Amino acid sequence: MLRLQELTKTYKTGDQALKAIDLEVPKGQVLALIGPSGAGKSTMIRCINRLVEPTSGSVLLADTELTSLGLGTLRKARREMGMIFQEYALVERLTVMENVLSGRLGYVGFWRSYFRRFPQSDVDEAFRLLDRVGLLHMADKRADELSGGQRQRVGICRALIQNPKLLLVDEPTASLDPKTSRQIMRLISELCQERELAAIINIHDVALAQMFVPRVVGLRFGEIVYDGPPTGLTPDKLTEIYGEEDWEATIDKVEDEETDVEAAQ
Amino acid sequence: MSHRELDDMLGRGWRKPAFVKNATLRWTLTIGFVAYLIAAFMTIEVSWSRVYEGLDRGLAFVLAFTTPDFVSRWSDIWAGLLESIVMTIAASVVGVLISIPIGLGAARNISPAPVYAVCRGIVAVSRALQEIIVAILLVAIFGFGPLAGFLTLSFATIGFLSKLLAEDIEAMDKTQAEAIKASGARWTQWINYGVQPQVMPRLVGLSIYRIDINFRESAILGLVGAGGIGATLNTAFDRYEYDTAAAILILIIGIVMALEYISGVVRARVQ
Repeated sequence: MLRLQELTKTYKTGDQALKAIDLEVPKGQVLALIGPSGAGKSTMIRCINRLVEPTSGSVLLADTELTSLGLGTLRKARREMGMIFQEYALVERLTVMENVLSGRLGYVGFWRSYFRRFPQSDVDEAFRLLDRVGLLHMADKRADELSGGQRQRVGICRALIQNPKLLLVDEPTASLDPKTSRQIMRLISELCQERELAAIINIHDVALAQMFVPRVVGLRFGEIVYDGPPTGLTPDKLTEIYGEEDWEATIDKVEDEETDVEAAQ
Repeated sequence: MSHRELDDMLGRGWRKPAFVKNATLRWTLTIGFVAYLIAAFMTIEVSWSRVYEGLDRGLAFVLAFTTPDFVSRWSDIWAGLLESIVMTIAASVVGVLISIPIGLGAARNISPAPVYAVCRGIVAVSRALQEIIVAILLVAIFGFGPLAGFLTLSFATIGFLSKLLAEDIEAMDKTQAEAIKASGARWTQWINYGVQPQVMPRLVGLSIYRIDINFRESAILGLVGAGGIGATLNTAFDRYEYDTAAAILILIIGIVMALEYISGVVRARVQ
């Protein structure tokens, strides 16, 4: 359903964020992408919907090559991919309903969206989704009045109302407490099952990922170093994914301390 | 190891590191600045005898405030005031409407480089030319009267509002806009949903502030013949009618204060 072929991203600074990634995600599969900060997880999912332009390689979504699309066709392709963000990324001064309905912007014309006159079917679907995540009574509240967990659930509704084939999920639980994190992860995996959605979930918390997904991909320095079931994540494998980063972090810390003391003297 | 270093540091006292690290340079700059200040003050020539003579006139002017004369020139004052208000509102509306597209274009994070360069150019020209200079030029072109004043204020509004709007857009939260883009929205929808809600309170606040500024400017523009209450004020001064001038100034102060109050109320409501 989604296929990445030798997907590469090199930033202007010369940093290679992705080194020829090959990955295939079948329909309906939920996949967790783990790896240390800076491994290229965020870059990878943004290269799929081209919020970040990949340097080379190809992205195939249901046989559509995304990397070569022009502006208009890219917009149409983006409708097929719902995205959920780390800090929710709701437009804070808009209401919950406006935020959910903004997921339909790719389907309605400018003036319709400008006057907030969305088709009745879209409005009904928005109500249904809000009810599904238990926020129907919040429909007319402003997004910045909601708690973190509530905001993320609105973010999920916004992604789902696009009626996507694929969910791109960027650190959905990074700013949530442990209990809310589990609820959000459970909600995402349930909704994916209900709708047979494929999903790529970037996640820091390995234990949380193991709890909810059937497949884990480990990324390090822009390369895939693990691809398998969560049970295969042995301490050795985790060291391979995170180990070197940990080690570097430790070195950095010692150096920092030394320079601090020198500066003080 | 680190424990021994800590022992060295305990009891040593602590000061915030100086902004200029080099002590010689730091003191040179400080002393130089003070010396310049003293030297600069000493070049100001004050003719104290002239000040003494002027005190009387100043006093007459201040005393006029105790007896402001609204009545004898009321029709002139009213006509001038009305002209100023019309000028202010018209110039503010037109200026704001033109500022919005230019402000969008002048924001680096949402505009392509050529559009950005052109819009920043317009902003720079508008800001470089002081209102009085523009007004003199426009009076020369369009003749005396409020049309020149209206055009001057519109032009000045563009420089002010576009620049500040562009800066607010550049400081917006990128991910909120990114989320709208990811849904497949077209450019206009992206601006309407992702950008506009973030900058709207500031745009409204700045527009009201600009109305305030435009009204005050309209009182100055009359001095160069661009119409408005300034023309009436100028005439009053020319005739040494300080009581009428005082009445006009009191009216201007009152209106500016009213605008200030209104802008406070509106800004609190659009947060």
